Amino acid sequence: MSALTVSQLCKSFGGLHVTTDVNLNVEPGERRLIIGPNGAGKTTLFNLITGEITPDSGSVALFGHDITRVPSRRRPHMGMARTYQIITLFPHDTIIHNVSLALLGLSTMRWNPLIDMRRQGHIVERGREALERVGLEHIAERPLAQTSYGERRRVEIAMALAQNPKVLLLDEPFAGLSIDERHDVHKLLLGIPRDVTMVMIEHNMDVALEFAERITLLHFGEVIVEGTRAEVVADPRTREVYLGH
Amino acid sequence: MSGMGARVIALAVGFVALVTLPYWMPGIYYINVSSQILFSSIFALGLNVLAGYGGLVSLGHAGLFGIAAYATGYMLQHGFGHPVAILTALVSGLASMALYAVLSLRATGIGFIMITLALGEIIWGLAYRWISITGGDNGINLHGRPQPFGIAINTANSFYYTTLVVFLVAFAAVAVFVRSPLGAALMGTRDQSRRMTALGYHVWAIRFWACMLSGLLTAVSGVLFVYYTQFISPQALDLTASAEVLLMVISGGAGTLLGPIVGAALVIVVKSVVSGFLERWNMLLGAIFVAIVILMPEGLVPGTARLWRLAWRKAGGRAARESEPKAVSKAEAKP
Repeated sequence: MSALTVSQLCKSFGGLHVTTDVNLNVEPGERRLIIGPNGAGKTTLFNLITGEITPDSGSVALFGHDITRVPSRRRPHMGMARTYQIITLFPHDTIIHNVSLALLGLSTMRWNPLIDMRRQGHIVERGREALERVGLEHIAERPLAQTSYGERRRVEIAMALAQNPKVLLLDEPFAGLSIDERHDVHKLLLGIPRDVTMVMIEHNMDVALEFAERITLLHFGEVIVEGTRAEVVADPRTREVYLGH
Repeated sequence: MSGMGARVIALAVGFVALVTLPYWMPGIYYINVSSQILFSSIFALGLNVLAGYGGLVSLGHAGLFGIAAYATGYMLQHGFGHPVAILTALVSGLASMALYAVLSLRATGIGFIMITLALGEIIWGLAYRWISITGGDNGINLHGRPQPFGIAINTANSFYYTTLVVFLVAFAAVAVFVRSPLGAALMGTRDQSRRMTALGYHVWAIRFWACMLSGLLTAVSGVLFVYYTQFISPQALDLTASAEVLLMVISGGAGTLLGPIVGAALVIVVKSVVSGFLERWNMLLGAIFVAIVILMPEGLVPGTARLWRLAWRKAGGRAARESEPKAVSKAEAKP
């Protein structure tokens, strides 16, 4: 059974077809890379998979369960987590608070109006564990406003990992990072165990190609090429889309 | 002094001042003004839950406030006892808030403001026109106040202490709420609602419960108001009243615990006390708001805290500079 199955997915905004008959089959434990020029519909595809936008037709299934009609907010509870290309964090709070929110999101404790959130030992502990995985535990109490861009990227990943996802969607996790930071994040992603299936959108080919086993090339909302790393790189259509000849 | 220490001392001083207030306040009039500040603070605390912590600015809260006040008056007028009247007021306040929430939470931002404004105006219109229930422009007169645990609260002092107890409970409730996971979730929906959904939160439901807390505090305030004035008329729930409580929240500091209280004190003092000396008190209030917006756009409480920290750091820096030359001279003296 596939971890993530997307079939015949279509979405248009007015006359603009942003996603056209997209099919995607990601096996459990697989590392899938989605590439494509700007405006190819990569992030839209993620938004359709996570339910942030509703598809016009087609379906999305998570481990065989059709989740096309499942509300976006239920999907994290089913094991789906994502990061954002444009960093989407809580700027007024500390790093540990950000990660705690991720942890509480899956706990029934999120409805509790009476307890002190910072005094919930196991939440704080698990938050610190998640930060340790991304190498940020030493600045856990720092307000997010005082962190670097690279650190924020890692907070994004820590929040996704804290939820113990089965399927992790990474939207350009290397965007805007320095070479050193890129290296750190790359190592971090390689260290994620195989019980997590990962789908990644990335422009940065040198790190991305090393990460992925299979690659899907999107262009104008359609899947143009799909195959192993070698197949896609060798395919003339890849060159055409990227180099224009 | 660190921010935390200053905060604890300020809270302790404030608490002692509130408890001993009738003993040092010159005259009954000022004790009554203090009661007004306290129940207005509860109203402002309620609106702050939504506007400050939830990022949902309501311009129709005076309508809810009015419903609670009218419900109390109506029930008393029809011969029911105080407990029934108060309970009816709270339930009808909450029910109206639930209706508000269902209608207005379809939008955020400007949309939310406009829907709440329209709802508030509808309630004002009903209060004005549905004369068989509200008495129209004449309003409803009350006769007497309840006697909680057999204690009469007819005097300024006893009413003040009753209001103070309710105020402290309301303040504690909001203080506990904002530290709780649900409170954190509400602030999360204010800052990044998309992300909250992606983390598994039910954004709409979180906002709905925040509305209910806000509505409860507003209704409580409405009940205290109507027992205080012994009278309710449509004037108490017009748009100006909604705007006034919003100004309390914004001028004191939206999204802070103490801000709405300071804002309520400011507005009530100018409205009740300064207006005795100054005919154009509205203009003074306007000038104060303009000054706040220019000097402390985040509101009086966070603005003062910021200036305090700045002054402290400057003083600390100066102290460090003053001690530095001595250290250098010592080092030079050694060889």
